[in-house]
Amino acid sequence: MSTQATGMPSGAAAATDPSRFIDIQQVTKRFGASVVAVDAVSLQIARGEFFSLLGASGCGKTTLLRMLAGFEAPSEGEILIDGQPMAAVAAHRRPTNMVFQSYAIFPHLNVGQNIAYGLRKEKLSKADLRRRVDEALEMIKLSGYASRGADQLSGGQRQRVALARALVRRPKVLLLDEPLGALDKKLREEMQIELRQLQEQLGITFVFVTHDQEEALTMSDRIAVMSAGHVLQVDDPHTLYERPTCAEVAAFIGSMNFLKGRVRGRENGQAVVEAEGLGTITAEAVAGDLAEGAAVLLAIRPEKMAIADTAERAPAGAVEGRIAAANYLGDRSHYYVNLPGVEKPVAVAAQNVDRETEGWLQSGAPVWLSWQAKGPILLPAE
Amino acid sequence: MSTIARQGRGYRASYAVLYLAFLYVPVLFLPLFSFNQSIYIAFPIEGWTFKWYGTLLENERLHEALGNSLEIAITSSVLATTLAIFAAKAYTRYRYRGQRLSLGVVMLPMVLPEIIVGVSLLILLNQIGLGLGTHSVIIGHTLICLPFAIAVLMSRMEGFDRNLEEASLDLGEGPVTTFFRVTLPLILPGVVASLLLTFTISFDEFIIAFFLSATDTTLPVFIWSQLRFPQRLPTVLALGACILVFSAILVVFSEWIRRRGHVKAGPGVWN
Ligand SMILES: Nc1ncnc2c1ncn2[C@@H]1O[C@H](COP(=O)(O)OP(=O)(O)O)[C@@H](O)[C@H]1O
Ligand SMILES: [Mg+2]
Repeated sequence: MSTQATGMPSGAAAATDPSRFIDIQQVTKRFGASVVAVDAVSLQIARGEFFSLLGASGCGKTTLLRMLAGFEAPSEGEILIDGQPMAAVAAHRRPTNMVFQSYAIFPHLNVGQNIAYGLRKEKLSKADLRRRVDEALEMIKLSGYASRGADQLSGGQRQRVALARALVRRPKVLLLDEPLGALDKKLREEMQIELRQLQEQLGITFVFVTHDQEEALTMSDRIAVMSAGHVLQVDDPHTLYERPTCAEVAAFIGSMNFLKGRVRGRENGQAVVEAEGLGTITAEAVAGDLAEGAAVLLAIRPEKMAIADTAERAPAGAVEGRIAAANYLGDRSHYYVNLPGVEKPVAVAAQNVDRETEGWLQSGAPVWLSWQAKGPILLPAE
Repeated sequence: MSTIARQGRGYRASYAVLYLAFLYVPVLFLPLFSFNQSIYIAFPIEGWTFKWYGTLLENERLHEALGNSLEIAITSSVLATTLAIFAAKAYTRYRYRGQRLSLGVVMLPMVLPEIIVGVSLLILLNQIGLGLGTHSVIIGHTLICLPFAIAVLMSRMEGFDRNLEEASLDLGEGPVTTFFRVTLPLILPGVVASLLLTFTISFDEFIIAFFLSATDTTLPVFIWSQLRFPQRLPTVLALGACILVFSAILVVFSEWIRRRGHVKAGPGVWN
């Protein structure tokens, strides 16, 4: 199954490259003849990185994580951790530990026994064992819970115990499968901050699975966006949000307006585009070879646009439209504006800085839309 | 409406009483007449006595049969339950070609007539020269107990999160220690229930034991042999009453274990 024809790669040499601490090479996982859960995925994860796998349910995140943990074997391709090929390494010998989506707290053991479970092989004295467990409990702020039964814990506490049970083994890599998915919103936001702090403090490589784009953006050093078994884009949160390389990523992260367009030429490294609704504009091309005459998608985020109630108040080059719907959200308002020649209304987010804007723009009112010069980006049309 | 409901209640009550009578009157005859002074089973009861229970203590052939029965029941329940643990794990934890077919084949003895099993084993064991006796009854009983043990254990294994076993592997325990530290404690109520159930099945079984026991008579075969002697009938009744009470206790205990859910694991640092 190894893609390497002969000879083992020198572990020591490979391990010296910290940017390839986890090296996933062309990994494919099939279930039966028809299901391809993970399709030719290659990823390099750096030592000490907080790396997220982000994607809708069913896109193969759990399967990829389970292959890292050793619960599933890749159908094709190879996984190396710290320079060592993992193909022949069984789950219980891997330098990884996992926080399961269901937490998988052992119901027949109490909290202390759950946390101590993975320390048996270390042959610690009773006192040392107790100290390690107490430290772990302190880390997750559950000191004094050692003798609690597993069934006496709340969802948030179970999540913490699962975390402590994995971290107490001091793994090289911690795998987390939607660990915050079952918690309510407030607790989830607290845990996001706590998890991130813990990761920075311990310096352990985290591979974090989530379907929540906001969660991925706040917590991660880098994010791999997945869809239908493929990795679409790997980047840091800022780049992912500001420079998505395909329409699917652009649509999945945050909200995005898409306008059809055609390339008319180039100017100072930027493309001149004839876009529906906006006329001829210049925009930065993020991905793909955009030759003259090519059909493109012009993507622009709602907050990169401005709205004005008269032509005088709008900057030069603004286009006129009509409000289709307006949602007042307190700190900001969302407007949906119909532009001539554009099928879907364009979404615009405006900060409500001025108190007098109250009751300002109503449905049907004529408005003038403008956009930041660097706002629109070009993507290849599907 | 209330009249109908009241009438309905009357019918329902008498139906329930008949139902229970049908189930328990025959069984209760046994203990009732075991206290009768007369050796004949007939009303009115002549007087009350414990003497038949006393004869139980003196009958050496009975003791021998009891010993054989216990040996057979304990061995075959342990064998069947052990084999069933492996089978139930294979059926619930893995997916492979021919799985359903193999499960069907393994569960078949549950509906196979015991007389067929008895005759087949009789011929087979003689042919291959194993001969008859306690060991052949153990083989036969293990065979008929196996599907029951598998059914009990499969329902237990399906009842817990697969991730628990994976978590154990993840925490550095190999497949064998994972079995003893996670799987076994979690299915323990099922194991106990299976042991008790298969013990009862083997202990009560007559046909296979009759065919295969040769001179190593089991208790049911012993009882059957005593029925030819009217004067020994009261002893059999007393014996039957004892078995009845013992079986009832076993069943209640097994059900109690099964319902208690998970059993706490052994002692650890934080107990
Ligand atoms: N053991 C399995 N057998 C068959 N199909 C599976 C199995 N595990 C996952 N799949 C399929 O693989 C795809 C990806 O699943 P999964 O990795 O769980 O996605 P995610 O975690 O992103 O929601 C899904 O279509 C799922 O049905
Ligand atoms: Mg999943």
